[in-house]
Amino acid sequence: MQSTQHHISIYPRGMKMRVTLTLVMVALFYFFSLHKTESDFIEFFSNLDVVFMKLLSMFPPNWDYIPHAIGPLIETIQIAIVATTFSVIICIPLSLLSANTIVKNQYVYYFFRNLLNLMRTIPDILLATLFVSLFGVGILPGILALTVFSLGILAKLLSETIETIDPRQLEAIQSTGGNLLQVIWYGVVPQVLPQFISYGLYVFELNVRASLVLGFVGAGGIGSIIDTQLNFLQYKNVMAILILLLAAVIFIETVSNFLRRRVV
Amino acid sequence: MITFKDVSLVYPNGTQGLKHVNVTIDEGEFVVIVGLSGAGKSTFIRSINRMVTPTYGELYVDGENVIQLQGKELRKLRTKVGMIFQNYNLVNRSSVMKNTISGRLGHTGTLRSILNLYSKKDRALAYENLKRVNIEEYVYQRADQLSGGQQQRVSIARVLTQEPKIILADEPVASLDPPTSHQVMKYLKKINQEDHITTIVNLHFIDMAMEYADRIIGMRDGEIVFDGPASEVTEKTFEEIYNRPIREHDLRGSE
Repeated sequence: MQSTQHHISIYPRGMKMRVTLTLVMVALFYFFSLHKTESDFIEFFSNLDVVFMKLLSMFPPNWDYIPHAIGPLIETIQIAIVATTFSVIICIPLSLLSANTIVKNQYVYYFFRNLLNLMRTIPDILLATLFVSLFGVGILPGILALTVFSLGILAKLLSETIETIDPRQLEAIQSTGGNLLQVIWYGVVPQVLPQFISYGLYVFELNVRASLVLGFVGAGGIGSIIDTQLNFLQYKNVMAILILLLAAVIFIETVSNFLRRRVV
Repeated sequence: MITFKDVSLVYPNGTQGLKHVNVTIDEGEFVVIVGLSGAGKSTFIRSINRMVTPTYGELYVDGENVIQLQGKELRKLRTKVGMIFQNYNLVNRSSVMKNTISGRLGHTGTLRSILNLYSKKDRALAYENLKRVNIEEYVYQRADQLSGGQQQRVSIARVLTQEPKIILADEPVASLDPPTSHQVMKYLKKINQEDHITTIVNLHFIDMAMEYADRIIGMRDGEIVFDGPASEVTEKTFEEIYNRPIREHDLRGSE
């Protein structure tokens, strides 16, 4: 009975080969990229002292700079609030049109589904750059960029929630002779409202963080002063702004988490 | 009056829901449709308020052929025909009152209903109907906090608030225990007698059918295989309708 003594592998031989080959290719690509972009790890570690010195130059933070940062911080939060409000309003019709529990027409459904997918593939920073070049430096391009950016996320989340609602509750409203708007208001809204509020708060948090980055491309807010102070090599000021920002973000997230737990 | 004239229904997947159904139901009758699951009871009942659309024949409700109805006309038909479901189908997160008043949707303008601007009369009607099914003490409770039997009573109140000419009930007691089942059937019967609303109920429990129905229609494979007054029906009739001996689970049992 020699055959039963054969070496039995857990995985088929072919699979082992494929996995090994894939890993080798990934590793090769990784080193190739490192080489091409000249981001040398050895250099990074040998320059560690420079990195360390730079970090040290950020301390102690220049607390006196904080009053100058309050205005831009408020602007950042305002951008996030306005953009979130716009996207929360616009996402309602969009997500209804891309939920198969509401729209029975396959063409309409897939059109809006793909539109949302497309919107989400555009990075926020690209949108901001685009709007800055269209409308000039200021908070308007920031608001527009974040509205489009968060609309994609919000409408996707909401439409997926609408697709999971209990259709029997809609059926009952339909059977009373209610029209489409009444079915939505009486049957859909009560079922998705808690999640909707929660998504709105979540997107607001995202927008606060994203509006920061947008400042670097001239879309207003606290990001623009970070950019300026970095360019002037005022690292102590930068650190002060970062700490202020950290405190603000933690505060906003705590409040938003608290509110979310209340509604869901 | 409801008249089926050679009505057939084939679902898009090829299943034949109804096969050449001919039947007339008079105003004020209390009809129970019996049959095994898949016999076409649901399709029959849902054709009347056009939750499904027959593919052949003519179906008259109140003298109007409803098969072609669309949009506004269809919604007008549905305001006249109330429906009660096996799973109550209340909007879980809304209050009992909100669920009940939603029976007025077909009679109320879109904007008024969204802003909750119901007339005093409508609000009183909703409350009166909750009282009729003895559930008025829960008026501001969320629907999902009630028991199954209580929820089904709210759904009866919702249908009554519609002020319908016809009530359709699709397996209204299938998810309830025996005592609650009898309670729900008694409410339906009482409403039928007091308001003279034509009532059509799908059931698969033969003892309940015999107890509450004026007239029993038996269905098998999408066809009507029996139609007669409840007084003429015996267990033998059911064995013919079901095409097999009666078993214990065909009976709901007494209260």
